[in-house]
Amino acid sequence: MNPNEVKIKIDGVECVAKEGEYILNIARANGIFIPAICYISRCSPTLACRICLVEADGKRVYACNAKAKDGMDVTTSSEEILEERRAIMGVYDINHPLQCGVCDQSGECELQNYTLELGVDSQNYTIADCKRESTNFSSVLHYDPGLCIVCERCVTICKDMVGDNALSTGPRNGAELDKELKESMPKDAYAMWNKLQKSLIVPSDESGQTNCSDCGECLSVCPVGALVSRDFVYTSNAWELKRVPATCSHCSSGCQIFYETKPTSISDRSDKIYRVTNEWNYVSLCGAGRFGYDFENSGATKDEKQFTKAIKAFKEAKAIRFNSTITNEEAAMLQSLKKELGVKLINPEAKAFQSFLKDFENYRGESLYSGNYKEMMSESNFIISVGSALRHDNPNVRYTFNNIQKLNKGAGLYFHPVGDTLIESLGKNVTPIYHTPGLEEYALYLVLDLFASKDELPKETKNYLESFHKKATKTVQETIMEDVTETVVDEETGESKEVTKKKPKVVEKEVEYVANELASLLGAPEGFGDIFEKMVAKADNFSMVVGEDFYAHPRAENLAKLLAFIEQYTAIKIALIPPKTNSLGVALICDLDEKADGYTIGYNEAGDFRLSALGDGDLDMPALNQQEGTFTNMHKRVVPTNAALSYNGYELNDIMSALGLGEQLSIDWTSKLPTRKGFEALSFDALPNGFTNAGEELRGYMLKQKATKAKAFEVEKPDESYKLEGEIAYRCNPQRQFNDFTNRAHQIFEPFALYVSEAKAQTLGKKVKVEIDDVSLELPVEIDAKMSGDVVKVPDFLSSKEIYPLFNAGRFKQVKISEV
Amino acid sequence: MNEKQKYIMLDLGGTPLTPWCRFKRVVKRTFRIELFIGLWVTIREMFKTLFMGKSHTTKYPFEKMPIPPRYRAIHDMLRLLESGHYRCIGCGLCEKICISNCIAMETRYDENQRKEVSEYTINFGRCIFCGYCAEVCPELAIVHGARYETASEQRASFSLFEDMLTPIDRLKEQEEFAGYGAPTPWADKNIKKTPLAY
Repeated sequence: MNPNEVKIKIDGVECVAKEGEYILNIARANGIFIPAICYISRCSPTLACRICLVEADGKRVYACNAKAKDGMDVTTSSEEILEERRAIMGVYDINHPLQCGVCDQSGECELQNYTLELGVDSQNYTIADCKRESTNFSSVLHYDPGLCIVCERCVTICKDMVGDNALSTGPRNGAELDKELKESMPKDAYAMWNKLQKSLIVPSDESGQTNCSDCGECLSVCPVGALVSRDFVYTSNAWELKRVPATCSHCSSGCQIFYETKPTSISDRSDKIYRVTNEWNYVSLCGAGRFGYDFENSGATKDEKQFTKAIKAFKEAKAIRFNSTITNEEAAMLQSLKKELGVKLINPEAKAFQSFLKDFENYRGESLYSGNYKEMMSESNFIISVGSALRHDNPNVRYTFNNIQKLNKGAGLYFHPVGDTLIESLGKNVTPIYHTPGLEEYALYLVLDLFASKDELPKETKNYLESFHKKATKTVQETIMEDVTETVVDEETGESKEVTKKKPKVVEKEVEYVANELASLLGAPEGFGDIFEKMVAKADNFSMVVGEDFYAHPRAENLAKLLAFIEQYTAIKIALIPPKTNSLGVALICDLDEKADGYTIGYNEAGDFRLSALGDGDLDMPALNQQEGTFTNMHKRVVPTNAALSYNGYELNDIMSALGLGEQLSIDWTSKLPTRKGFEALSFDALPNGFTNAGEELRGYMLKQKATKAKAFEVEKPDESYKLEGEIAYRCNPQRQFNDFTNRAHQIFEPFALYVSEAKAQTLGKKVKVEIDDVSLELPVEIDAKMSGDVVKVPDFLSSKEIYPLFNAGRFKQVKISEV
Repeated sequence: MNEKQKYIMLDLGGTPLTPWCRFKRVVKRTFRIELFIGLWVTIREMFKTLFMGKSHTTKYPFEKMPIPPRYRAIHDMLRLLESGHYRCIGCGLCEKICISNCIAMETRYDENQRKEVSEYTINFGRCIFCGYCAEVCPELAIVHGARYETASEQRASFSLFEDMLTPIDRLKEQEEFAGYGAPTPWADKNIKKTPLAY
């Protein structure tokens, strides 16, 4: 047995678990049922419902926050425990409106389920009800306090996972409990009720609006019908919806989702997606995943004329331009076109990622990257983010960053040129370093300086790092104990006496210390050395996430070298964030080209002949919620997705078949993905898509990582010539926008605009002209309340606006902004 | 014979064995008085009908038989007697329980923050009149009515909510349903009271 493992007995069943694991989680992993309402795995226990009461070694404990000790004997139910649980459910049922008939949660309601499970068939308690009116918390959240049981799951997930901290408990002004009940009622039920009468859920913001990222995680965790999406209220019952397990197609996180469909209306019997749900104990979605689901290409038909034109175009084409919101299968088809017809494949964002990944792999001597986001979330307690606007680029990495702060009591370093007040608020051990764009290399050198053991480093690097260490003095305040002599007059005798006492005194002292000029060069907060020491004091598991800023950086190769260097000389595990949905898959499957001239086919991109899943091209293609296939996500996993909606037009595979290169079905390509790149020759239907009770992910398969021959290299010194000054624009989408498809969804409202901080907005008007090189754009100005600093954000989610090429795949650009 | 099962045996006489015996039986049955009794009843009723205007025949379609409450004909949608608002709350249980999948409904969040049934239809081409929908309805909103004539020029003629709903001007004539799913006469006895001390 592993020394970190413990053996406990739950209801006579022997269970092996990690030390420090909660009893509830162990029971769940072993298929033993303990009722629990307020607990969410991967979040801290709330202890609001108290229903998970069990007996451990004869003592009453709450399974959700009692840690397992070796040899523990747990009984999950006895007559007294059941009595207590029944009383708790009875209390929850008091004044709960009997409107299951119209409630959205009916059929999947935990209040219904546990009331029945525990056999609560009569009501023994009563209290006067108070007025509770339903409100809307935001443009997507609807809250009905009448139905709320204040389990605080929404508050917990928002704090521990999402990090918005947008919800909290507020006063209910309910009636006071009868004091006699304290004696007559079961203890826990009374305590729970007492708290329940005093609280309700309110937005943390005083405005009564959440002003959050609108991810909707609170809706998904709500056990009753209190929090529901405004769009979904009263439109469907849970049992009418067909659940299609799929993978979200908006970012590289590739979260598991369920598209829930039912017929559109009585007159239109074709399926429509009504909502997206998730296994919230194991997966947390963002706003785009949850609300950006209706991007299907509806009304496509088999237009034979256009199809013939398409075949002709493919025969004529010199290049195919596409982006990474495609499946692995489609990528394999495109690669096969390249091989057979000799067309060039153009995908600038995947190309940048591909070459960065290739460099990184070469220098570190293993394919892909070592970091694993899931392990990071559960184990790491120090996370460094470089080159990514975490709040926008990849919500799941941000959740990881936040979860490390909240659950692992960790610390975080955030290197980025764009100020973000949300990241700052994630934990008290989060230190943002807002550096000037172009100084990314210095950031990595600082990481090296902070984490590498100096003796192991090559001499040249060591000397270089030491050149930044300058001796300096600072004044510190110190408290010393000082003897003070006072004359005290004795009141009785009138004699005066001299008494000596020790009193604390604050003195200022000059202290010599080593100042790190690298930190100040990057604009780290004052006293960074001390701050860092505090951050790193309890940390023992380090991780780093690398974002899109690096991939098309003018010094990308040196950055890759530096990352490999960091991995070699420090204990930090590095993970890359692929820029778009399937960038990793495309980078592994396709041989991409830099440039191409001549007749071009555009797949969801500009071209002479356009294939489009948006319905605006020359030939329709299915959108990603109408297709079967697989994605390769940032977790290095190949995950399957299924078609939620029907599609009657042509697919890429039909074109392939007409060219004599096709398979019978698109998913027949799944087993043909290149095994030398780590894919497995498994058929689509063999891929699972689920989670075990223990939270183990059984979705598709993990890419195989292989050792490669490590290339010898020397890191170069930073090149400061790429430092950008003046008015700077950052290519970055608003929080719930990723591409044309999210923009199509009717519940995603973020407009195509220039996003600026509140302070910056005051210097600009309502509409501005942004000049990037020789192109000028007119954009309305939107305030991003969680942004700080002077950098402005230019979104690129609308491909028709051609923002991406303006930035040459990079992300920072000097611009001229003038008011219109 | 088992003592508990007290059958009464009919005395039908023996089975005629010879052709002569069979012939005798035919003659006996033919000329017995019962035949004329039967003929008399017929003639009497004929006279009653023709000359006295007393008939047992219902002149369908001008006359219709009253049907028993548990008969399952075309559905009715009832209204609340007090407010006149339709009773259906859009819970979707009828849609769920329907074994021939013929009920469909659309609901929405209305201006009064209530669940509103915006569309409701029953496909009577599929309905087997099993009565489950009426039985499951928690509001006694959908019930079986008395319209058993299911012939129409168009199938759609019955199937919309408005067709089934009690016309508002005939609300007073709306009768409480006594068939499937209606509360039993002793329903009050089964209700447990909850404490309402405050």
